Amino acid sequence: MAARANAGSALTRQRLKSAWLFLTPMLVVLALVAGWPLLRTISFSFTDAHLSNLDDSSFIGFENYVFLLQDPDWWRAVQNTIFFTVVSVSIETVLGLLIALALNAHFKGRGLLRAAVLIPWAIPTVVSAQMWRWMFNDVYGVINEIMLSTGLITEPWAWLADPQLSMAAVIAVDVWKTTPFMALLILAGLQMLPQDCYENAKIDGVHPVVVFFKVTLPLLKPAILVAVIFRTLDALRIFDLIYVMQGNKQDTMSMSIYARQQLVDFQDVGYGSAAATLLFMIIALFTVIYLYLGGIGREEKA
Amino acid sequence: MADLSLRRVDKTFGDVEVIKGVDLDIASGEFVVFVGPSGCGKSTLLRLVAGLEDITAGELWIGGQLVNDEPPSRRGIAMVFQSYALYPHMTVWQNMSFGLKLQGMTRAQRDEKVKEAARILQIDHLLDRKPRQLSGGQRQRVAIGRAIVRQPRVFLFDEPLSNLDAALRVQTRIEIAKLHRAMQATMIYVTHDQVEAMTLADKIVVLNAGRVEQVGSPMDLYHRPANKFVAAFIGSPTMNFLPVEFAGSDGATLDLRLASGAIVQIAAPKGRLRGHRFTLGLRPEHLHVLSDAAPLRGEAAAVENLGGESYLYVDIGQPMPLVVKAPGDCAIRAGEPVGIGLPASKGAYLFDQQDRAVASA
Repeated sequence: MAARANAGSALTRQRLKSAWLFLTPMLVVLALVAGWPLLRTISFSFTDAHLSNLDDSSFIGFENYVFLLQDPDWWRAVQNTIFFTVVSVSIETVLGLLIALALNAHFKGRGLLRAAVLIPWAIPTVVSAQMWRWMFNDVYGVINEIMLSTGLITEPWAWLADPQLSMAAVIAVDVWKTTPFMALLILAGLQMLPQDCYENAKIDGVHPVVVFFKVTLPLLKPAILVAVIFRTLDALRIFDLIYVMQGNKQDTMSMSIYARQQLVDFQDVGYGSAAATLLFMIIALFTVIYLYLGGIGREEKA
Repeated sequence: MADLSLRRVDKTFGDVEVIKGVDLDIASGEFVVFVGPSGCGKSTLLRLVAGLEDITAGELWIGGQLVNDEPPSRRGIAMVFQSYALYPHMTVWQNMSFGLKLQGMTRAQRDEKVKEAARILQIDHLLDRKPRQLSGGQRQRVAIGRAIVRQPRVFLFDEPLSNLDAALRVQTRIEIAKLHRAMQATMIYVTHDQVEAMTLADKIVVLNAGRVEQVGSPMDLYHRPANKFVAAFIGSPTMNFLPVEFAGSDGATLDLRLASGAIVQIAAPKGRLRGHRFTLGLRPEHLHVLSDAAPLRGEAAAVENLGGESYLYVDIGQPMPLVVKAPGDCAIRAGEPVGIGLPASKGAYLFDQQDRAVASA
């Protein structure tokens, strides 16, 4: 508002001009690599386009969406994705918070450890997923070997074939992979906390556990919220990890894998695009809810 | 209320020795100010008393009890931090009562204490606000209020006024002095501002590079600084220093030769003079402008007229200009010649080659 009121001044106009100048390259790139494919996908979702002949397609309205909403496989994928998201993000948040608190303490070699913690996150997902697939192998896998030799289990578990175990395995690998990222985001928040508050609590003799729940956690809430939203949006479109470990198996199929299967394997570009569009809508909805909640938070602060 | 004793207290961080053998006695109910330039160790010394840092060597006694190994909460202290250290997500009431909850007080008891302290500090109308809704001065009061409700034996203040603007600083300074009179509590106050030290303290501790340079009442330090460092630190504007040589004495007066060759005469000091070379210390307020027969002559390099008083920066052929306090209506302009009169009896300080004061007249 203030900027608009001052828009008459030459200096403000100059600033606006340079702001647009700096923004333009990014806006152009975004429009090309994100905007255009998104619009194409949305427009395909209203057609009966086939992968072998994209140009020869006709408009069929909401027919794809009607089929999609009646397909139990789609709902299975939605259910899988939401289950995966809720469980993995919850575990990652708690573990990430614990690791962040540990990394925030003062000890020798802290810098090295902070860097080392990031390794699972830095390994390309395809590589680490393949690595874990071998480790989870029911016959040759190291996981079964360890659990058998320590007596935790008496016969090998079929980690990747059993419907319940395969989801657990996928979640475990995701937790292993993304907890460091979560820890780092929360650690950044921890380092912003006012140190003198803690010294005052020390003088007051407040028990460290009380300090954590009454001081640290409330102050850390914004940082944790941002980290959770980031991870949630990311987890909702999970593809590579599950696809490498499980392929198109129904027990672990996510919305992204469903869309890819329709689009590529079944060559049904129209129907697959409808699934992709719906996935986009769900993520967009989450983002809007987040922005809305964030906006309320800011108002309260003012 | 409690007395404190520090016995040969040392503090090292790694290889760096920040506090070197500090001995200090603080009487119950005394207002003690730690003052010194930044990095002198005054805040560290306060944090040693608070228990926020461990004492490397030496003993700390509070109220007759050795507290070296006691946690901060068991030392009977309350601390007011420079940055206030209020919990940003709690209201003023919650901030002030947070520490009390753990002492097993009921809500009603806590409420009574908080309201009492809030009334004294005139913040009773702010109890429902969050810290970010308060001005700097109000936050400072909340921080002080939070210390009061704990009813500590010793209050610790770590540069509590340095985040306030000049006018508020003066006002809060007066209120802290009032608070000390009303509560009769032992208070230790850290500042780098010698004006705060002079106006608040019963006893000033001047620290430099981790050592105590001098301990004494404000007037003691002003009139009888133990060395050049204390002399320079106490008083504003700072004391003028001139290198001089002994030129003769008749018992009652002492003649000193300046670098320029001019001879100045001061009252002979009581202490014995050792050696020939000294540093002469002259406070700006003890010098005066003389129109004729002045012992010192120079040219006004700059004139600061503050209305009530003026400060002349007089070039007398020394590396640093001599600062002279003059009346507010002083008509001297920059570039004009100035004659300077020295203090007749008191007000001239002599320091030996090791910068120690030679007992003055």
